Amino acid sequence: MALATPAPAARRAAADHVGDLPDTTRLRAGWLLAGLGAVALATVVGVVSGPVGLPIGGTVAELADHLPFVDVDSGLTDAQRAIIWDIRAPRVVLGLLVGALLAGAGAGYQGVFRNPLADPFLLGIAAGAGLGATLAIVGGWGDGAGAFDAVPLAAFVGALVAVGVAATLSGRPGRTGTPATLILAGVAVASFFTAVQTYVQQRHADTLRQVYSWILGTLSTSGWDEVLVLVPYVAVCGAVLLAAIGPLDVLAVGDDEATSLGVRPARIRALVLVAASLATAAAVAVSGLIGFVGLIVPHAVRQVAGITHRRVVPLSMLFGGAFLALADVLARTVQSPAELPIGVITAFIGAPFFLFILRSHPVAS
Amino acid sequence: MTRPAIAWEHVSVVLDGVPVVHDATLEVEAGSWLSLIGPNGAGKTTLVRTLGGSVHHTGRIEVRGHDGRSLSVRERSRELALVPQHPVIPPGIGVFDYVLLGRVPHQGLRCSPSLVDRRRTVAVLQRLDLDGFADRRVDTLSGGERQRVVLARALVQDTPLLVLDEPTAALDVGHQLEVLELIADIRTERELTVVTTVHDLTVAGQFADQVAIMAGGRVVAVGAPAVVLTPEQIGAHWGVDAICHVDDDGAVTVSVQRRRERRRSADTPAAASLTTRSGSGSRGPGSEGGPEPSNAPRPRPADPDRAPAGDAAPATTTQEDDRR
Repeated sequence: MALATPAPAARRAAADHVGDLPDTTRLRAGWLLAGLGAVALATVVGVVSGPVGLPIGGTVAELADHLPFVDVDSGLTDAQRAIIWDIRAPRVVLGLLVGALLAGAGAGYQGVFRNPLADPFLLGIAAGAGLGATLAIVGGWGDGAGAFDAVPLAAFVGALVAVGVAATLSGRPGRTGTPATLILAGVAVASFFTAVQTYVQQRHADTLRQVYSWILGTLSTSGWDEVLVLVPYVAVCGAVLLAAIGPLDVLAVGDDEATSLGVRPARIRALVLVAASLATAAAVAVSGLIGFVGLIVPHAVRQVAGITHRRVVPLSMLFGGAFLALADVLARTVQSPAELPIGVITAFIGAPFFLFILRSHPVAS
Repeated sequence: MTRPAIAWEHVSVVLDGVPVVHDATLEVEAGSWLSLIGPNGAGKTTLVRTLGGSVHHTGRIEVRGHDGRSLSVRERSRELALVPQHPVIPPGIGVFDYVLLGRVPHQGLRCSPSLVDRRRTVAVLQRLDLDGFADRRVDTLSGGERQRVVLARALVQDTPLLVLDEPTAALDVGHQLEVLELIADIRTERELTVVTTVHDLTVAGQFADQVAIMAGGRVVAVGAPAVVLTPEQIGAHWGVDAICHVDDDGAVTVSVQRRRERRRSADTPAAASLTTRSGSGSRGPGSEGGPEPSNAPRPRPADPDRAPAGDAAPATTTQEDDRR
């Protein structure tokens, strides 16, 4: 079945030519370093910014001191160290993790639905998770601490219900709808779940304030507890999403063609949907409804680094974390000492961005 | 005769409650080229899609001696490369990356391309004179270039069977011939078995070893081009007057004329002309005398070859469009 057996010279030329080709199907080290650099930058900016000024050099040294194999003296006072490690660092790390989860989930949904507009927030999945979490909070099922607390689990159930409803409403069984119908279904799902959530909330006035501030999205922490809640979710969802990047690229040619290439679309879709919904639920359970991160970050990554999921998923997680940590700096400092909900910041950036994507993609077709 | 490369045995397909293929029985000899022809909505596309394994059907399909139902998705993808009429091109994908996707059947669960996969891709791009396009985005290519890229993706799959649904529908005459000659050459080089659906009867008559006519979901005639492509068959199933010229080597050229009644009196209503025609010359070996299924397309007094690419037929083409 060989091709018309090329002469040895031609075959060598073909082999040499492989090296010349732009290697667009792999994650290149440069991009990975850029992502890690963004995370490092966001960490330093996030830790330095705040009502109490900290010296940048000392802060960087203090952070570096905690890296493995690094030993430097930061020269900071104990009070400054306490501010860094007890107050600011957990919040920055929380922002990195939540941002990574939301952006990774967004990239996953976009791949599965073949829809650049798919986003945990726009599809109503975050609203479903929010309803689940609200029920858990007002029901007193859990206190939001610990990885297997009822709040993230209830949020996960809500997220799965929401994504199921949105996907079912927008297309016929076995087929996903067009980008536009999926988003419209997501709007309906989000409205419905938000209405139910508001109703539940109003019926329980005692928890109203707690639920309300959480709905708008916040990264305020009580230390490292929330971070520890998220770590297993980030590990599991990250591993599944990263394992699925190759099949997601195949899914881009449509279900029929992916099947004819030997891939089972339904399995991959189920796997990625569960992982992305788990990621969304974990993020929502800890930090409320933060919109548009899953939309902006993967889109920007695709524009710059290319469309393969081998790049989009890992880089979205890195840049998504950095983006949210930096957005949190704005949320903390714009009205200091008061705090803006971080969802306001991301919506302020994300909504115009959404319109921009809408105009540059002919979604109606 | 050797064992057929592909065999449909009493295959029927119902899509969304509408019967699309009825009791189709058809064999494709190993190493031959079969062209499926028939009016819009006859079930050609659905019949070839049953080979991909994602269309529910009754009856039996045999692929190179294997029962179709016992083949895993992965095994099937190593036997048979399927090119749909409207391939989904991921927006923004590059030519090399797109063609490389054809190597997925030879990769592991994570679909990671190896160096061998990249080399095969480069070799096929060179064979199809596409190596200069490797960096280009597929959605910036012309129709002819894009069709060659899609063909390249099917060829890197390295399967003994190549199934193409309307490979030349969107191309002008020159590019049609270019693509078809390419398929013919590679078929000889690799000893492939080729199945194509085509609208252009001359294309079927020039390139295929065997031609099968489908009408109303049934296979109504099978045979060498010179046997099947006759004015009587074409009149019966397409509702047009045709002139069929057979070369010494058995290749057939079909030209279609405007209907005589229409030419004689321009004000004859179309319905009347249809009625007149339906009684004329149906002598095919098939069973078109039987009751037509509800979705049978009404013959149109227009030349189907001249219909715009991707034109909509009532039943089957609608679901094709949804698939995109």
